[in-house]
Amino acid sequence: MKYKLSTLVGATAVAIGLIAGPAMAEDAGIIVYNAQHESLAKEWAEGFTKETGIKVTLRNGGDSDFSNQIVAEGTASPADVFLTENSPAMVLVESAGLFAPVDADTMAQVPQDYQAASGKWVGVAARSTVFAYNTTKLKTDQLPKSLLDLADPSWKGRWAASPSGADFQAIVSALLQLKGQAATADWLKAMKTNFTAYKGNSTVMKAVNAGEIEGGVIYHYYYFGDQAKTGENSKNVALHYFKNQDPGAFVSVSGGGVLASSKHPKEAQAFLKFVTGKGGQEVLKNGTSFEYAVGKGAESNPKLVPLVDLQAPKVDATTLNSKKVTDLMTAAGLL
Amino acid sequence: MAPWLITAAISVSLLALVPLAFIIWIAVQTGWDTVSALVFRPRVGELLVNTTLLVLLAVPIAIILSVALAWLTERSNLPGARLWAWLCVAPLAIPAFVHSYAWITMVPGLHGLWAGVLVSVIAYFPFLYLPISAALRRLDPALEDAAAALGLGPWRVFWRVVLPQLRLAICGGSLLVGLHLLAEYGLYVFIRFDTFTTAIVDQFQSTFNGPAANMLAGVLVTCCFVLLGLEVLVRGEERYARVGSGAARYQQRANLGRATIPSLLLLLVTTLLALGVPFVTIGRWLAAGGTDVWRFDEIGLALGQTLFLALAGALLATVAAMPMAWISIRAPGPLQRLLEGCNYIVGSLPGVVIALALVTITVRIALPLYQTLFTILVAYALMFLPRALVSLRASIAQAPVELERAASSLGRRPLNALWSTTIRLSAPGAAAGMALVALGIMNELTATQMLAPNGTRTLAMAFWSYSGEIDYASAAPYAFIMVAMSLPLTWLLYVQSKRMAGR
Repeated sequence: MKYKLSTLVGATAVAIGLIAGPAMAEDAGIIVYNAQHESLAKEWAEGFTKETGIKVTLRNGGDSDFSNQIVAEGTASPADVFLTENSPAMVLVESAGLFAPVDADTMAQVPQDYQAASGKWVGVAARSTVFAYNTTKLKTDQLPKSLLDLADPSWKGRWAASPSGADFQAIVSALLQLKGQAATADWLKAMKTNFTAYKGNSTVMKAVNAGEIEGGVIYHYYYFGDQAKTGENSKNVALHYFKNQDPGAFVSVSGGGVLASSKHPKEAQAFLKFVTGKGGQEVLKNGTSFEYAVGKGAESNPKLVPLVDLQAPKVDATTLNSKKVTDLMTAAGLL
Repeated sequence: MAPWLITAAISVSLLALVPLAFIIWIAVQTGWDTVSALVFRPRVGELLVNTTLLVLLAVPIAIILSVALAWLTERSNLPGARLWAWLCVAPLAIPAFVHSYAWITMVPGLHGLWAGVLVSVIAYFPFLYLPISAALRRLDPALEDAAAALGLGPWRVFWRVVLPQLRLAICGGSLLVGLHLLAEYGLYVFIRFDTFTTAIVDQFQSTFNGPAANMLAGVLVTCCFVLLGLEVLVRGEERYARVGSGAARYQQRANLGRATIPSLLLLLVTTLLALGVPFVTIGRWLAAGGTDVWRFDEIGLALGQTLFLALAGALLATVAAMPMAWISIRAPGPLQRLLEGCNYIVGSLPGVVIALALVTITVRIALPLYQTLFTILVAYALMFLPRALVSLRASIAQAPVELERAASSLGRRPLNALWSTTIRLSAPGAAAGMALVALGIMNELTATQMLAPNGTRTLAMAFWSYSGEIDYASAAPYAFIMVAMSLPLTWLLYVQSKRMAGR
């Protein structure tokens, strides 16, 4: 019996090694560091592979860890393409000089507002900041007029956010650009006393829906995504768009770029071209992501408030400073 | 003793010290001003208070619960004691973050310190229950008889004779629980309770390997050392081995009488909380998700990769532990104790700290090893080396060296002699150790996420990614598979603890 047990373990180990070993080592195609939602990136990757036969391997993570990771990896980065949810991460990699220029015909597929003037990265999708609130706890006339109002003592203990996420940090980076460092630092300090921290925007919305908290600062598509599924986590939730060029009306551009160190530059460029082209942008319209399409002539899902009606503030996406934001948030005790 | 064995043992220990050396090196490199700005700030204070309170509350509650459960299942005439004993170990099969996932499904608003204490106690009390029940089983009833004969009532016998003899078991178990509390990530994210580990991962997600993450890691390591030191202090140096000749007789089980119903109730409630809640939740989500959530291609791939990592990691940890285990049995001495100490210290470090160190080291100075299978297996080996070491040492100790000598004198060459005696005899113990390591790797999340090669997706990673998007139904099959694969391993643990007690 004793020998049988160890033989069994050994045999299983060998068998699994034979089966799983190759599965882990097979040809990876292009490697995409994907900070976008896994489900969206998977749809893009599958569509691209179907069209071109080029395999795509996704490594999933977040904007900030990937951007810092790519900088740490330098020219030895195994990544070919970097996709983000927000642009500050793009700016970080760009300023480290690690992006190759995006092909001109890819850039031509996207309006100037949604791409880097330097030509180093291109917008692939967009999302709008919203205040998601519980409809039984807040009336429309009680809603904050501006994101800045949430720093007011009257909002103490009444709102939530996910400060460790790149989404919220992008909103702060917009605030920083629009209102300056002193005002942002003050706002963050007030936020620390006023707000409740959750991990992840979905979790914020779930808490708002359950009435644990009155409202939360998140992006718009979490609501639509849940409504399209079961609506279980959003049935008591409504979205408030700040509009009026308020910092809280910030529209964040998700970016895509090709690493200068890519060993498959042609395939990587083709992937970006697909994502920003008709096929990739239609995934945004018809899929489950509910992010805004940004391609020229591409339509977003008809359930969304049109991008042009959001009255977003004019923010230069190419200078959003993620390092400064994490420093300010660390100083405010939010991280 | 062959010099290559000593060299091997020393190199493993040196490798084990790399993460520690790394943190010190980063601190020195960062400079005192930045270090003090990052360490002495209110946020770190908050985290320190949270973490300390968690340990101070959860550990004593877990001790009391485990002593009560162990006494009931080992020393009383509780109906169905053997079944209850197994049910008290089974919660270990459920990864801590699955416990937490289950609880917030049941009680959506659950959060904060007390929620942390509740779920932690439920998830980790078996670490205390196992050694305490094993110790209780081994106690020589003669001591208790003597105390009773001298006029002590049953309660005072328990306080003055039984409990002091459980000290080692309680200390060891508490240390293990405490270290898990410090290292756990997923459990506390679900219930929104910030500890050092969650804050380090937050920083990692915001800055990759920024100095703030490394400094928090430094504070966390200090906390681990405080726990280790406390355990040594409290453990003391009393003698616990029985004196007297012959074998101890079997203990008499106490008659519970009217206390039977409340006792059964305690076990029932514990089982419901520790096993009922997770099983009902997973079942509920599986039912809600229907057949859609069983995406077999995805699940199959994750299962294959998880099994591969778990087995390869277990193999590596066992091989790495071999020289040390060998020396500690065949040639114990101060050097061996020192080396062994290094391994235990590193084994007590949270996965996030080891991963952070390996990420930075490979990316800066050993780039070919970056994001490779090799690096993640090394991380697993470092994290779980003590598990392999303990099992191996026990099984090598049971193989008498005389057999090996007899084999040699009958003409076998040294390696051959070793193979046909000691290695064969210690194989079951080594297999048990491997199983324990594999169990740990299967449910590991933070280090795997940070170190995994591109394209890796383990069961725990898939579970975490779905539950992060609050798609609890899609996460359920992964939770189910992790639990189903771990259950047989906890059974092994249970059987092993019985065998240790010789019963």
